[in-house]
Amino acid sequence: MRKSNLQFIAASSLVIIGAAFAANAHAGKTLDAIKQRDQVVCGVNTGLAGFSAADSQGNWIGLDVDICKAIAAAVLGDAKKVKWVPLNAQQRFTALQSGEVDILSRNTTFTLTRDASLGLFMTAVTYYDGQGFIVAKKSKITSAKQLKNAEICVQSGTTTEKNLTDYFKSINVKMKPVVFEGFEASVKAFFAGRCQAYTTDASGLASIRNKEATKPDDYLILPELISKEPLGPMVRRGDDEWFTIVKWTIYALLEAEEYGLTQANVDQMKTSTEPPIQRILGTSEDTGKLLGLDKEWAYRSIKSVGNYGEIFERNVGPQSALKLPRGLNNLWNKGGLQYAPPIR
Amino acid sequence: MAAKRHDWSWRSRATRGLIYQVLAVAAITAVIWFLAHNTLENMRVRGIQSGFGFFAQPAGFDIGESIFAFDSADPYWKAFLVGLSNTLRAAVVGIVLTTILGTLIGIGRLSRNFLVRNLCTAYVELFRNIPVLLQLLMWYFVLNEWLPPVSDALNPLPGIFLSKSGMAFPIPEWEHGHLVTIVGMALGIATAWFYRRRARAAFERTGVARPMLWPVLVFVAVGALLGWVAGGAPTALELPVRNDLNVSGGGAVTPEFLAVTIGLTIYTASFVAEIVRSGIQSVPWGQTEAAGALGLSRGQALKLVLLPQALRVIIPPLTNQYLNLTKNSSLAVAVGYPDLVSISNTTLNQTGRAVECITVIMAVYLTLSLVTAALMNWYNSRSAIKER
Repeated sequence: MRKSNLQFIAASSLVIIGAAFAANAHAGKTLDAIKQRDQVVCGVNTGLAGFSAADSQGNWIGLDVDICKAIAAAVLGDAKKVKWVPLNAQQRFTALQSGEVDILSRNTTFTLTRDASLGLFMTAVTYYDGQGFIVAKKSKITSAKQLKNAEICVQSGTTTEKNLTDYFKSINVKMKPVVFEGFEASVKAFFAGRCQAYTTDASGLASIRNKEATKPDDYLILPELISKEPLGPMVRRGDDEWFTIVKWTIYALLEAEEYGLTQANVDQMKTSTEPPIQRILGTSEDTGKLLGLDKEWAYRSIKSVGNYGEIFERNVGPQSALKLPRGLNNLWNKGGLQYAPPIR
Repeated sequence: MAAKRHDWSWRSRATRGLIYQVLAVAAITAVIWFLAHNTLENMRVRGIQSGFGFFAQPAGFDIGESIFAFDSADPYWKAFLVGLSNTLRAAVVGIVLTTILGTLIGIGRLSRNFLVRNLCTAYVELFRNIPVLLQLLMWYFVLNEWLPPVSDALNPLPGIFLSKSGMAFPIPEWEHGHLVTIVGMALGIATAWFYRRRARAAFERTGVARPMLWPVLVFVAVGALLGWVAGGAPTALELPVRNDLNVSGGGAVTPEFLAVTIGLTIYTASFVAEIVRSGIQSVPWGQTEAAGALGLSRGQALKLVLLPQALRVIIPPLTNQYLNLTKNSSLAVAVGYPDLVSISNTTLNQTGRAVECITVIMAVYLTLSLVTAALMNWYNSRSAIKER
């Protein structure tokens, strides 16, 4: 955190210098470059439990991390062939624009401005989230509407600041944002009692309560969700081939869940005679060829990280430390929003 | 007599010099043009939109503290103004406090008292050797841990509240009487200026020194007091009031502002102390003895002999410290103070205009530094040796 200001300036300068010196990028080269260096470079969060955080051995784990692993498995045949680049909120877009990372899988909200003006493309939603608030239970606050004149801690460089302002304007309540550059400083300030509430995506709140609070039970996540936050990986514009690969790898993980393919049974399922399963696993049609990959691309992804449901359960689901309900992230046929176009 | 003609041959040193200079300027211009052009071109190719047009669009975010009213519907340029004013507020308060504290510590290091001298030395060695960002974070978290929550804010003096939400204090309610006070004070200052001119003229003429300091203070104070009485002696104060969730009314500074100001002041004061000490020690002891031999009192010797010489040594490095303090105030973003960098970060993230936002920050800090340097250079030329 201490270095993040410098890092930010460094990253920003980097993109300026990079843009100034780089020869013009050519479309369609990302896959070639990845194959040549035999590594996918993946931009992740510097530390958000459940989504992307390094464990005590230095292994990256989380939902965003597993997406990158699945892509590495599909493209290079090995989920371990990923170089992790932890990025803070301000660095993330410049890192992707300048080509420092191939894919940005860092709980990033899809919005029009980001999709249309940054030279980036959104791929597919990996987590449907919404912005919420956490308060200390002893403050007796049970609804966001009670946060009148409250000071609210928030991390800069996110869509949260704008949502916060919009929401309190809509309910006609005044509040004061206290904006921190670093994640740690903002969280520490909240738990020291500087602010009456802290705001970020609901998944982040669960992560923070679980990881950063000395007594998680002393804190309450308010029921209101004040925004739509569809999170997912982004790629650079101008390389449609790579964009398609990332998008369809995510769809393959969703389809796998829909048709009951799991990390454990995917090998047996290779003998399945059901056409959709045969298409996913490449035992009948060669869908990989259309993507510029081999026909077992989806099989390898599922084999290495499991289907979408397994990824969710393992990292953030009710059995994990974060205990987030599946909710909107259920498959479409189970009352959720996760709906993958068919692989055929 | 032959007319003086310029010799344009290669052998002429002036001609060669001119050519080198023109080439150097052309090369620098070409490099800058290449960088700017290629940046824009690459951004265009990558589909990154650019331009400063976004400054007129509504910012859409609130700012926690501002000395003038700001609403989220106001445009980005106004948000930048808020950031700039917050940066300036921290820098100006920091510079004033640093100068006072640094001078005291610096003089303290020359004290004949063992305890004072060594405490001041310890201060300097401690604070100038710890990175300033760590100090800011330390002060911020110390303030946040020590102060009580706003629901049971400390009330050390009537009307003053201290809590995690900051310090609230009474401010005079604005009445027309205060305007008369200001006019009275202005008249006092004018009178004092005339008195000083006359006193100086009298000194040049007769050699009799008249007191300079206390009559000036008396003129200003009496002017202000008379104005205040003439304005109806307004005494109404706007007092802060404690509510359920916070303290409102009166003046207030946030813990973020306190942390930034305290941190920068204490850090920079350790450097200023060394500058003041070295400045005083740079005046040879013989000067003090000579002043004594001429019959000057200690105060006169300090004012007329020692300080003018010491200031010449002190001012240039002091300027550097003022510049450092202003630039270091950009670290305020780490402790949540909405300075220029903080606002720019938010803007950058919402609009994605990295090049534009960084350019604005650089231009503003450059301007601030150049203005500070210009002011200090002007002061320096005033206090430099005047050869007569």
